[in-house]
Amino acid sequence: MTTLQTKVLETPKQEAKVILETRGLTKRFGPLTAVDDFNIQISPGEVFGLVGPNGAGKTTVIKMVTTLLSPTSGNAWVAGYDVARQSANVRRVIGYVPQLLSADGSLTAYENLLIFAKLYHLPRRERAKRIREALAVMGLSDVADKMVHDYSGGMIRKLEIAESMLHRPKVLFLDEPTIGLDPIARTAVWDHVRQLRADYGTTILLTTHYMEEADTLCDRVAIMHLGKLAALGSPKDLKASVGPDATLDDVFVHYSGYEVDAIGNWREVSRTRRTARRLA
Amino acid sequence: MEIGERFREQGGRREDLLKPNMGIVGRLGGAVFGFTVDTMAVAELEARKLQHDPTEVLTRAVQPALWLLIFGEVLAQIRAIPTGKIPYIDFMTPGILAQSVLFISIFYGIAVIWERDLGILHKMLASPAPRAALVLGKAFSASERGLSQALIIYLLAILIGVHIDWNPISVLGVLIVVILGSALFSTFSLIIACIVRTRERFLGIGQLMTMPLFFASNAIYPISIMPAWLQRVSNLNPLTYQVDALRALMITGGVSANGLLVDIAALLGAIVALVLIAAKLYPRVV
Repeated sequence: MTTLQTKVLETPKQEAKVILETRGLTKRFGPLTAVDDFNIQISPGEVFGLVGPNGAGKTTVIKMVTTLLSPTSGNAWVAGYDVARQSANVRRVIGYVPQLLSADGSLTAYENLLIFAKLYHLPRRERAKRIREALAVMGLSDVADKMVHDYSGGMIRKLEIAESMLHRPKVLFLDEPTIGLDPIARTAVWDHVRQLRADYGTTILLTTHYMEEADTLCDRVAIMHLGKLAALGSPKDLKASVGPDATLDDVFVHYSGYEVDAIGNWREVSRTRRTARRLA
Repeated sequence: MEIGERFREQGGRREDLLKPNMGIVGRLGGAVFGFTVDTMAVAELEARKLQHDPTEVLTRAVQPALWLLIFGEVLAQIRAIPTGKIPYIDFMTPGILAQSVLFISIFYGIAVIWERDLGILHKMLASPAPRAALVLGKAFSASERGLSQALIIYLLAILIGVHIDWNPISVLGVLIVVILGSALFSTFSLIIACIVRTRERFLGIGQLMTMPLFFASNAIYPISIMPAWLQRVSNLNPLTYQVDALRALMITGGVSANGLLVDIAALLGAIVALVLIAAKLYPRVV
């Protein structure tokens, strides 16, 4: 078993502004501590990855910083707003794509986008423009009027990301954006994430348990284990810290003490597979 | 940078932009306007769904048809229930309308559990829309289904020769009461959903609630023939007020026992209270 001590390999530069910060963020569900004294700082424009095995607390962190769950103790700030006390302000500046399927299958893509454009109070003219643009960027213009339940998993994910970007959030949260996608769809989603950052300078916090995804997409990666921050740094630095020729998989095993048989329970497995099946 | 641009860049909304120049009245107006936009957006989602797939509305027509055509016709034959000057089948029709609105609304909470099991609810809750607007939007979504029931019952009523009050104001009144009734019971259902949080438990409780609500009301017999204790229960049952209002509005010669104003006030009061409770509980369903 490797040490659980936090390894902070790179602290954000002091002069850089911080757009998301957690301080002592903790969430307990009864006797279970899902997130334990979690501290990170993310700079504007960063693509930041939260990785860890199922049950490491990644989604719980996301739910707290998106104001869906209130922390048991500690706090978090998004764009300077306190997630506990200024949750309405936080919700205004974030975009969120849940791990679970969140596009409505019984509507068309256009309708999905339209309802959310309305919920975010985009002015009517702006609304039409942004929806058209979002569909074009994601390559969904031709299928905009098709029912979403006829979409492929990759198309659904693209639609969901488009939806979360309609109001030009400062921080975008992607919870397991490529779970259940085939390799080609996965690469397409990666391209779009990179494009979003390039076009809008959006800060992106994503969770994943694919090391390859963290390696290619993220500027910095936080490895979580049992609710704690186990390591933090750029993929390159993290690999170097473990040894020459180390892959990010090695880093993951090294810091998370990953044991195949010990991780995940029936509930998680069933949920993950269900999501995967819906998206497949 | 221009102030508008800066606001937009910060993810600001139109109302925020207007705020600095507005007094308290203007700001309140902006908030009410925003609340309405959010509520209507949620309700529009349901309307578009129904438009894509109206089959559920049609299958829902079966149950009220059975009640009116079989139960109603048989009970009308035996003349056991004192309904004053109006025929029993006329007396019963508003009750059956209220019943099908109740049945369609009381299970509406399951849609929310379903949206939670997907991720739609999470996304809604992470949007800036106030919780109460999300809840009220859901309530009006149920009202859309309730209105489809009104259409079906009107058609059935014509078929079996019920003496319908076709005065446009009365018909409009019926529709408004149907909207209120479905909003009320669907919000109640939403509260249950937020508490039990799983489909299985919800279904059990839903079954448990519908029949008592229906039988402890004036839907198919007048309160006056009930034993005293049941009369008291019935007077606390919102369904009673809904039926009472519908009876006064829907059929010729129908009268309201409580007075229409009392009925409407009772329904509105209950809706406001339930929406406030549901808005508090809504985030819990996550």
